[in-house]
Amino acid sequence: MRPVFLIVLALISQASLADSPPLERQQALLELLHQDCGSCHGMTLQGGLGPALLPSALEGKSALMLTATILQGRPGTAMPPWSSLLTQQEAEWLVTQLKQPAPPQDANRH
Amino acid sequence: MRNQNLNNFRYFLVCLMATVFLVSLPRAPLADVRGTGDLGLVVERTSGSLTAINSTTRRAVGKITGLGDLSHASLVYSPDERYAFVFGRDGALTKVDVLENKIVKRVEQAHNSVGGAISQDGRLIATSNYDPGGVRVFSADTLEKVADIKAEYGDGQLAKVVGLVDAPGQKFVFSLFEAGEIWTADLHDPKNPKIQKFKAGKEPYDALISPEGRYYIAGLFGEDGLALLDLWNSDAGIRKIVPEYAKNDPKLPVFKMPHLEGRALVGDYWFLPAVGHHEMLVIDRREWKVVRRIPLDGQPVFVIPRPDERQIWVNFALPDNDKLQVIDTRDLSVVQRLTPGKAVLHMEFTPKGQEVWVSARDDDQVLVYDTETFREMARIPAEKPSGIFFTARAHRLGL
Ligand code: HEC
Repeated sequence: MRPVFLIVLALISQASLADSPPLERQQALLELLHQDCGSCHGMTLQGGLGPALLPSALEGKSALMLTATILQGRPGTAMPPWSSLLTQQEAEWLVTQLKQPAPPQDANRH
Repeated sequence: MRNQNLNNFRYFLVCLMATVFLVSLPRAPLADVRGTGDLGLVVERTSGSLTAINSTTRRAVGKITGLGDLSHASLVYSPDERYAFVFGRDGALTKVDVLENKIVKRVEQAHNSVGGAISQDGRLIATSNYDPGGVRVFSADTLEKVADIKAEYGDGQLAKVVGLVDAPGQKFVFSLFEAGEIWTADLHDPKNPKIQKFKAGKEPYDALISPEGRYYIAGLFGEDGLALLDLWNSDAGIRKIVPEYAKNDPKLPVFKMPHLEGRALVGDYWFLPAVGHHEMLVIDRREWKVVRRIPLDGQPVFVIPRPDERQIWVNFALPDNDKLQVIDTRDLSVVQRLTPGKAVLHMEFTPKGQEVWVSARDDDQVLVYDTETFREMARIPAEKPSGIFFTARAHRLGL
């Protein structure tokens, strides 16, 4: 049990020290964004059951608030809390991606 | 005598012409004459394409490209099983020839769309739209628009339309997410749909119609329970059913909305996915009461009966979306657990249920299982596959 715990601890501290998630994880996060967030926000993030998450739609909304929305969800709406699957740093990184002028494209899109 | 000669000569000429005609006919079309009953289509959500499949040979038999954004796309079949009508997320409606694997016609009918249905008589296609919220109806033949039903509520806002199905009596039935309403539209006169509206409850997110076409059941996201409309007695209005389930225990985050169109009705029992719980509900349809809650390994998304009703297959939302569970309907025990691959999005049984086809989105493949032995029978490559649809759906109400 103990070694596992230590490894987990090491992973967590490593993750929270770095500025952005490791490259491989970034790829997985983009995939998650388009495919799984996409099941509500649309694969191209132009909106579905949830609102559009394109840069124009998020203009003027604070990164802090958006990160909190991702991690804690919006109670009373269909937006679920993602804190069991995403770290603070990963959510922040996703918000940076979302706010970038050109919407992020995952490698598999053509 | 002369006459006889002439007749012989004529006979000779006719034979000659027939021979020339037959020999000059291209052979391929004759050789290719076939039915479509064992064909199907797999939606490839990211590349906007479809892979055509054959359930007899367990092979991909074609590819159709250029369909736009197919995330959450679904499709329905014409009564002759020749054409598929594909509903794209980007609002496009595409008519596809299943035999020739090509697009016949395509219209951009809305900005954001979530599905559709084909009328009882097969002549009308209805689309379920988020933006602009409403239902649009098209000629199945030409894809020309014949009716536009705006999902208006409150002070003229438009609601997102979900859970659109066809029903007996040339009707479409659908739910309005923000408005919390269920509407029926009678299209006997396609240009003048007759609409009936019902208050359903908070945020209907998807719906099903029972296989015989009598009950329309909408799942509610904004409150516990389901909204039931008996189409044989619609004047009685909506009945809220099983509101008591899961009142006390906290819900888990719902990363993916369950789908209800698996519509598992086995004998007198409905098997439905519970929202935000690792379980499936068993509801006695005579009293509409939850009689059992079957614990599962994750939050169910699709709950689908094998056509002979001996088994129920379930897939799951994140983070358990690599699994499948199979429940035996005789004793409600779990008879099998499978891990077909990453992001298992959909399952489709062959019409008589001997095999099930499963899409594993993030592994880029479709897997075929024997439902008796659970042996893997084939793997078919597909790009980010989601929905799988066999042509036999053409003859089932509400699919
Ligand atoms: C089950 C459906 C669903 C899923 C899955 C989902 N969302 Fe949402 N999301 C919503 C809804 C609905 C809202 C609007 C909530 C409201 O009304 O305030 C929302 C709101 C948001 C907002 C706030 C937008 C704004 O303009 O304020 C962000 C950011 C967001 N989601 C990001 C994500 C990300 C990132 C993911 C995937 C990790 C995700 N969502 C997955 C349904 C979903």
